[in-house]
Amino acid sequence: MSNHFTLDGRQLPFVAGQTIMAAAQAAGVYIPHLCHNPDYAPHGSCRVCLVAVGRRQVSACTTPVTEGMAVDSRCESIQANRRAVLQMLFAEGNHLCPACERSGNCQLQAVAYYTGMLAPHYPPFFPRRPVDASHPDFIIDFGRCILCELCVRASRDHDGKRVFAISGRGLASHLVIDSPSGLLGDSDFAATDRAAHVCPTGAILPKHKGFEHPIGERLYDREPISKVGDLRAHEDEVDGNE
Amino acid sequence: MSDKPRVATVSLCGCFGCHMSLLDIDERILQLVQLVSFDRTPLTDIKTIGDCDLGLIEGGVANAENVEVLREFRGHCKVLVAVGACAVNGGIPTMRNQFSLRECLDESYVNGVGVYHPGIPTDAEIPLLLNQVHPIHEVVKVDYFIPGCPPSADTLWTFLTELLAGQPIAFPYTQIRYD
Repeated sequence: MSNHFTLDGRQLPFVAGQTIMAAAQAAGVYIPHLCHNPDYAPHGSCRVCLVAVGRRQVSACTTPVTEGMAVDSRCESIQANRRAVLQMLFAEGNHLCPACERSGNCQLQAVAYYTGMLAPHYPPFFPRRPVDASHPDFIIDFGRCILCELCVRASRDHDGKRVFAISGRGLASHLVIDSPSGLLGDSDFAATDRAAHVCPTGAILPKHKGFEHPIGERLYDREPISKVGDLRAHEDEVDGNE
Repeated sequence: MSDKPRVATVSLCGCFGCHMSLLDIDERILQLVQLVSFDRTPLTDIKTIGDCDLGLIEGGVANAENVEVLREFRGHCKVLVAVGACAVNGGIPTMRNQFSLRECLDESYVNGVGVYHPGIPTDAEIPLLLNQVHPIHEVVKVDYFIPGCPPSADTLWTFLTELLAGQPIAFPYTQIRYD
């Protein structure tokens, strides 16, 4: 029987052209990820979905499965590298969970819990990035942006608006907004856009609500993201209906 | 003096919430005092630290006194633990890192709403503020990190009992929280 590969020793089927991530998700196996969202083209930028294929470590969301491929997603060296990636994401932004409305419903936080991250380890950058509260319905805290480009992709590929883009290179990379003032309030952004609901962190947040679910009853309070699933599957609970 | 492991605790730039959470172990505190004896800690009100087996640090580093006390703890404790969000990553007080120290002081003591007799305090007994608030691992080597704002009583209990028993520390999923 062809079109099979092994993931952590389990034989799984795949369809030609499928990525490791897509095949794993189709089989109900969780591989942690942040910039991946099946609604949009794979991006491969967050590196949280690292898996081992032979002696190489590749991103599961961009690597196509091949016949007989042996993929290891659970070994400690992979988990340690994922943790290090997450620690860098935490250290280079301003991720103050106790002060964030997304806390408990945050994919970045949930994936960090999943990998067993206890502390950011690296010296924090404390970047000075102002909050943009100019839009009547949504707020952007740039300090929480991890440059996953999900809002960029959703706005461009689904909403057809191109409200967001990443500008600059390397350490200077940052999210920019297409409006004369650079402010969200002067852009075409609307609360009904897909781009308003794909952020895996607390960078893009709805206004006039917050801390609606008590601690203990939030999405990732009781069970890990590997069981609960992505924010995408729980949007109504977290963001509320439009 | 007993042979029990000696434990010291302190709150640097913290709110004492982590200490309150430690007290939240309720009657288990009777078991804890069977297991350890307390050195410098707000619980005993001892002001100077002696040689200890375990030091629990709450709060980040925001002023010159925090640096001094933290280094003293590191020098006297075999095992040093960052307890809570502020010790682990600086926590809420790092929100002032978005502004210069001068801006913060002006807002608090000169231009702020309801300020009487404006003027930045200069009493020599007030520890000098650092330009930014830092997590403790930027100043000293830290052996263990316990996140949480605060870490729950159960989290602290798991940590203390497993550490004192010489076990590897394994937290259940619900005991690790960043908030």
